Amino acid sequence: MQGRVWKFGNDIDTDAIIPARYLNTSDPAELAKHVMEDVDATFPEKVKQGDIIVALKNFGCGSSREHAPLALKAAGVACVIAHSFARIFYRNAINIGLPILESPEAAARIEEGHEVKIDLAAGSITNLTTGETFQAAPFPAFMQEIMARGGLIGYVQWRLAQK
Amino acid sequence: MGMTIAEKILARHADKDSVRPGELINARVDLVLGNDVTAPVAIREFRRLGVGKVFDKDRIALVPDHFTPNKDIQSAEQAKIIREFAREQDITYYFEVGRMGIEHALLPEEGLALPGEIIIGADSHTCTYGALGALATGVGSTDMAAAMALGEAWFKVPPTLKFVFNGTLRPWVSGKDLILYLIGKIGVDGALYRSMEFTGEMIANLSMDSRLSMCNMAIEAGAKCGIIAPDTVTLDYVSARAKRPYEPVYPDADAEYEKVYTFNGADIEPQVAFPHLPENTRGISEVGEISIDQVVIGSCTNGRMEDLRVAAQLLKGKKVHKNVRLIIIPGTQNIWRQALQEGLIDIFLAAEAVVSTPTCGPCLGGHMGILAKGERALATTNRNFVGRMGHPESEVYLCNPAVASASAVTGKISAPEEVL
Repeated sequence: MQGRVWKFGNDIDTDAIIPARYLNTSDPAELAKHVMEDVDATFPEKVKQGDIIVALKNFGCGSSREHAPLALKAAGVACVIAHSFARIFYRNAINIGLPILESPEAAARIEEGHEVKIDLAAGSITNLTTGETFQAAPFPAFMQEIMARGGLIGYVQWRLAQK
Repeated sequence: MGMTIAEKILARHADKDSVRPGELINARVDLVLGNDVTAPVAIREFRRLGVGKVFDKDRIALVPDHFTPNKDIQSAEQAKIIREFAREQDITYYFEVGRMGIEHALLPEEGLALPGEIIIGADSHTCTYGALGALATGVGSTDMAAAMALGEAWFKVPPTLKFVFNGTLRPWVSGKDLILYLIGKIGVDGALYRSMEFTGEMIANLSMDSRLSMCNMAIEAGAKCGIIAPDTVTLDYVSARAKRPYEPVYPDADAEYEKVYTFNGADIEPQVAFPHLPENTRGISEVGEISIDQVVIGSCTNGRMEDLRVAAQLLKGKKVHKNVRLIIIPGTQNIWRQALQEGLIDIFLAAEAVVSTPTCGPCLGGHMGILAKGERALATTNRNFVGRMGHPESEVYLCNPAVASASAVTGKISAPEEVL
């Protein structure tokens, strides 16, 4: 995948990704209309299908709301690259099939507006704007299995079918 | 090599003799929890699985607490989804309005969170039950859906950080202050992916309510869980109310910790976390002059009896400052009733506070006390992120119930001594 980068800082919390005042619905398309609006009110209009978010440490901290990765995914965000992810967000992203990569180097070096190419299976990130390449830590085989089945629901269906 | 309390609980629930940090395991869960925001998504995902029935109708708790009593039509529709699911599946522990409470105040009170258990909840503050010696952790709705079907979940065994609190509590210092102080020291990602174990003389002397407040905010340091090993305080609390048999788990003497932090009670005064992160803490003596528009006493962090008693002690015979709205939210129906019987509600009303039915309400900017642009709140809640209690240009400061009560009287962030 390849896309344009939106850059965010440290500790982007789930209230920033999708404020609780919109949690009276769980419709992803409705949530996407407000994604990141308390950080950047124009973000929901600017973000396009296939865009990539790059953030610094502890992305997705705070609440367990799965509405956060759902809103990002529905808004068209193809992948989130961060220095580190808060653990519930990390879990949720894998479970719903929103690609994420952890790479402190990529998070530090990639800037807003850069064009980035990602090979998810290999965990490799190429900054097409600067020519730099980065390698994210590979996912454990078990998590790759979940992702390969489109998320946790697909994985559990497969496990139940085996029983 | 021995195991930490988190490792032992995980090993037991995965039928293994031992586990090590970093290991990925499937483990049985003793309770699966969801609320009116997260459970509707979980129910949608559960239906996609096509399994029909939940794994055990006695091991699922559904608590409509975030936007209830329903604040608008959309919230009412969400609450209706879980009510109908609870009826269809004959869920034993569905708590309707009138019988409910804020989930993390309610489940310990109901004896549904017990030592040695694994509890997962589609709510980040599920870590509260670490105060009872359980491994309790927040997950998302899809994890909740899978666990409702299978009765198990996948876990990565976390490394454990040990926090030793030596000495004694200074006046007006509670579990809330210990955890805010700790987060101020290690930061909001200082325990990322880790289990935290709290121990030491101060913890041994901490009440159950204060322990619940403390473990509640382990997530605010990024932790998977925050656990206090069971002792007589724990066992006295749970033995009277346990709904299931349980087996306490204790850390091995030779358990391996990634790091050990030691804090001293003499260094810890009541804490205030400044906007917009819980790590922006200062001792109350270093706060300066900060006027406030609203005070909230409540939430899954500080809506328990001890919190209300402290508030009443400081508010008795006083009036809330003319520029301040004071909103007090007892955590559960039982706590509300107990507060009424003890005369606390009368003290609050005489002081011109509002007393709400149990709800998460303003803590997450839901309802019952939303802030306008430029307004500033002091709250006993757990998060002070941008826009958390309302307008993105409002501010939230976090503190314990004593500081909140004193400040409601003075109109600015104040030490409890100022109003005595």
